[in-house]
Amino acid sequence: MSKTRQVVVIGGGPAGIAAASAAAESGARVTMIDEGPAPGGQIWRPAVHSHPPLAAQRWIVRLNATQADVLRSTSVVDIERRNDRFVVVAESSGNGREVVADAIVLATGARERFLPFPGWTLPNVVGVGGAQALAKNGVSFRGKRIVIAGSGPLLLPVAAYLARGGAKVLAVAEQAPLANVARFAASLWRRPRTLAQAIGLRSAFARTRFSTGTWVAGARGDSTVKEVTLTDGRSTRTLACDVLCAAFGLVPNTELARLLACDVVGGAVRTDDAQMTTIAAVYCCGEPTGIGGVDLALVEGEIAGFAAAGVGPSEHLAARRAVHRREAASLERAFALRPELLSLAGAETIVCRCEDVRWGAIDQRWSARQAKLYTRLGMGACQGRVCGAALECLLGWPADSVRVPTQPARSRTLIGVSLANHQPNEQGAS
Amino acid sequence: MSDAIEIVVNAKVLRVEPGVTVASALLNNDHHVFRRSTTGEVRAPVCGMGICYECRVTINDVAHQRACMVTVEHGMRVDTGSAA
Amino acid sequence: MNGARRSDAIVVGAGIVGAACAAALARDGWRVTILERSFASSGTTSVGMGHLVVMDDSPEQLALTKYSLRQWRELTPTLDRRAELDACGTLWVAEDESQLAALRAKRDLYATADVATEVLDPRALSEAEPHLRRDLAGALRVTNDSVVYPPGATLGLLDDARKHGAVLRDGIGVEAIVPNGVRLASEVLRADIVVNATGPWAPRLTPALPITPRKGHLAITDRYPTFCRHQIVELGYLTSAHVMTSESVAFNIQPRSTGQVLIGSSRELVGWDAQINREILRRMLQRASHFMPRLGDLSVIRCWTGFRPATPDKLPLIGRWDPIPGLWIAAGHEGLGITTSLGTAQLLADQIAGRVPEIDPAPFSPMRALAAVHS
Ligand SMILES: Cc1cc2nc3c(=O)[nH]c(=O)nc-3n(C[C@H](O)[C@H](O)[C@H](O)COP(=O)(O)OP(=O)(O)OC[C@H]3O[C@@H](n4cnc5c(N)ncnc54)[C@H](O)[C@@H]3O)c2cc1C
Ligand SMILES: Cc1cc2nc3c(=O)[nH]c(=O)nc-3n(C[C@H](O)[C@H](O)[C@H](O)COP(=O)(O)OP(=O)(O)OC[C@H]3O[C@@H](n4cnc5c(N)ncnc54)[C@H](O)[C@@H]3O)c2cc1C
Ligand code: FES
Repeated sequence: MSKTRQVVVIGGGPAGIAAASAAAESGARVTMIDEGPAPGGQIWRPAVHSHPPLAAQRWIVRLNATQADVLRSTSVVDIERRNDRFVVVAESSGNGREVVADAIVLATGARERFLPFPGWTLPNVVGVGGAQALAKNGVSFRGKRIVIAGSGPLLLPVAAYLARGGAKVLAVAEQAPLANVARFAASLWRRPRTLAQAIGLRSAFARTRFSTGTWVAGARGDSTVKEVTLTDGRSTRTLACDVLCAAFGLVPNTELARLLACDVVGGAVRTDDAQMTTIAAVYCCGEPTGIGGVDLALVEGEIAGFAAAGVGPSEHLAARRAVHRREAASLERAFALRPELLSLAGAETIVCRCEDVRWGAIDQRWSARQAKLYTRLGMGACQGRVCGAALECLLGWPADSVRVPTQPARSRTLIGVSLANHQPNEQGAS
Repeated sequence: MSDAIEIVVNAKVLRVEPGVTVASALLNNDHHVFRRSTTGEVRAPVCGMGICYECRVTINDVAHQRACMVTVEHGMRVDTGSAA
Repeated sequence: MNGARRSDAIVVGAGIVGAACAAALARDGWRVTILERSFASSGTTSVGMGHLVVMDDSPEQLALTKYSLRQWRELTPTLDRRAELDACGTLWVAEDESQLAALRAKRDLYATADVATEVLDPRALSEAEPHLRRDLAGALRVTNDSVVYPPGATLGLLDDARKHGAVLRDGIGVEAIVPNGVRLASEVLRADIVVNATGPWAPRLTPALPITPRKGHLAITDRYPTFCRHQIVELGYLTSAHVMTSESVAFNIQPRSTGQVLIGSSRELVGWDAQINREILRRMLQRASHFMPRLGDLSVIRCWTGFRPATPDKLPLIGRWDPIPGLWIAAGHEGLGITTSLGTAQLLADQIAGRVPEIDPAPFSPMRALAAVHS
């Protein structure tokens, strides 16, 4: 039996789809594992009862043409090194399974950054991409009065998406100053595809007030959010609303990379020209290597997929990657967070939502681990995915250590089936 | 909603659209109590993508499942509002 | 001390043992400085289970744990919310007839020692803990055993110490213990007495101490407030703790006041390798779900490891260290240091003050380490 390389791709967003396709086309036996009900990740998340967006279809056709195995609604909760191989432990509907790999491609995407402000724990205060994800998974915002306050290029597309679905988007507030946003908009001229996207959106929410240099000061409500106060630092205005979308950019999902002891610098996984991390046979692409958007995710994914299957680099792909990386860097500068955002929380504001730890309970002289042990901060189910990213901004605290399981898992899954006696080749993507 | 399916939320039957997540089914029925926080606050979905764990509910007697990651199924029992 | 110059004491290490010693000495009038290289409760104390338990591996262990539990009860009214004290009791469960016999022997021993217990037959056991498997032979309930959150209890003890004038200096590591003092990076601090309470790291400052790190794994779940009510331990745990084999696992589960379930436990001698050993974790969870079949459904949110400061004879080292003037030891508590911290502190303070301790201090003298070497 000839030995085919087994590649496990974790994450089925653009980066994962590109990686799985490239690896499978190169002769590897590929399993792509994704938590969502269908591949697509964040930007290509298909809406219930509809097809993936047009841009995605070409890629999904390409993936479907390969022999790659796709595991949907399946979460990877552990990767264990065993000799020269990896055992990927995943869970689906409460059942565990293990897949053996010669190479791993981490394409775990990004999550939104949430910052604490008074009222942010009220029901119907959601993320910006969060609102879109909820809508695509079936939530109707029809007729709802929505305020979007946060930061980043997601604000306007999400406003447009919700408006098209019948929501009344009252206001979109971008915290970055106009000058920065204008610079970002100007850079769009050099990217026709994105520009078309942006223009197409504008008519959809013509009556929405878009302000820059404006951010959320607080929200109030009872059983759900009822009003939000926005400020530009000089004056404030309060809007009655049904839903508040508040998120401040994206944070790479690096938990699995850190579990494998890959170098993570400034929150992003370090990779070489072939998208290999500092750990041999572990590749990483898309948002975990630094927030870069869909085009960069696709190129990085292809490069990682080829490399994981043992195919050498392509100069053409490398050149495209370089272009997209420059764009990503300018994006990051445009939407840098203003200092006022870091002092929105009052003493009574909850910082850790899982354990209800309030801002006033935290002594800023503590280390992150000390705060955790003394107050239970970050000890809950999300394991600091929300408060950890916030406190990194607020206090400069580094992310907590990562251990198995990288996200909550049934103990049954962790018990698993011991692979110790299995033949190397009998485990696979079946 | 001719093709609606039924789920049982806190012992009450709810007709919901098939194919949506449990989170969507609840929110579309103005149900905002997903879990109670450790100090008793009501919590509901935030991230919509499995990160924040605010949407945890009990599904078919299995506690602490992310409502935003599970698709509704006919006859599914969902219990909300427990301390999590 | 009648306004005369109070004597200086330095406690090295602000784990629960150091904190308890500092509080006891401060109450006795010593001017206490606690030196902690990291922050209070950053060591073993932050990774243990917090089971306050009477154990009877030896008569001495029984004496010290029983003595300590009485002090925990006396302390209870002063403990605040941070300690998360829960008087849940312990259930020792027996799987078969032979273990049942061992259980009865334990009951008889505890009766002579005045430790309150109650034997549960299989039916009473399933009523007490419906999630335990049904075919168990029975259990012994030790009524007064409890559970605390060790870092919270440690902070409470430190507050008590401070109230009596003690000072905690954290972020300060001791490089060496010298006669009547300690050497820091850039100065030497003098004191009448020094207490080495650095847990598993104690041999780094006092090399002849026979303490080895004994690794343990723990896993904690999301909140399941009705899953179990007692700390439940299999009778075989005693053997697992007693025999210094290279590795062992035993069923040991704890309800936290948060509603979470803390699952233990394992023992390994692998030096200071803190990585999670998946095979041990698997076996540990498997053992737990052998006793509680529904456990497989529980959502585990985090796993970690810690190092028990183990001694060859399973007894802590508490008392004067003759080779260095002024030095006292309070270390080597293995898997019982949360429980025995209070008894240790009182035993130490009594000896330092020249009072006759309530329990015999001789078996705990650290000098037995030197005797063992010389014999
Ligand atoms: C909510 C949201 C909306 C966005 N909208 C846009 C937009 O409109 N336009 C735009 O240009 N960019 C958008 N972005 C940015 C987006 O991240 C990128 O453009 C693109 O989706 C990146 O692709 P990716 O493959 O790196 O990551 P993602 O698309 O995020 O895909 C990662 C996938 O990995 C899965 N995953 C993660 N961890 C695990 C695990 N442990 N086990 C199994 N599966 C796992 C996730 O469920 C997800 O499906 C959005 C981002 C977010 C968070
Ligand atoms: C998995 C596990 C489960 C356990 N379960 C239980 C249980 O259920 N019940 C129970 O009673 N016990 C339990 N234990 C045991 C208990 O946790 C320990 O015995 C106890 O915490 C020891 O406390 P300590 O203060 O001696 O040591 P530590 O808590 O380790 O404190 C020593 C301190 O000294 C500091 N230090 C070290 N070197 C220096 C230096 N040179 N200068 C200054 N400071 C220094 C360290 O930073 C540390 O803070 C368990 C232990 C483990 C690992
Ligand atoms: S809404 Fe965040 S995990 Fe479900």
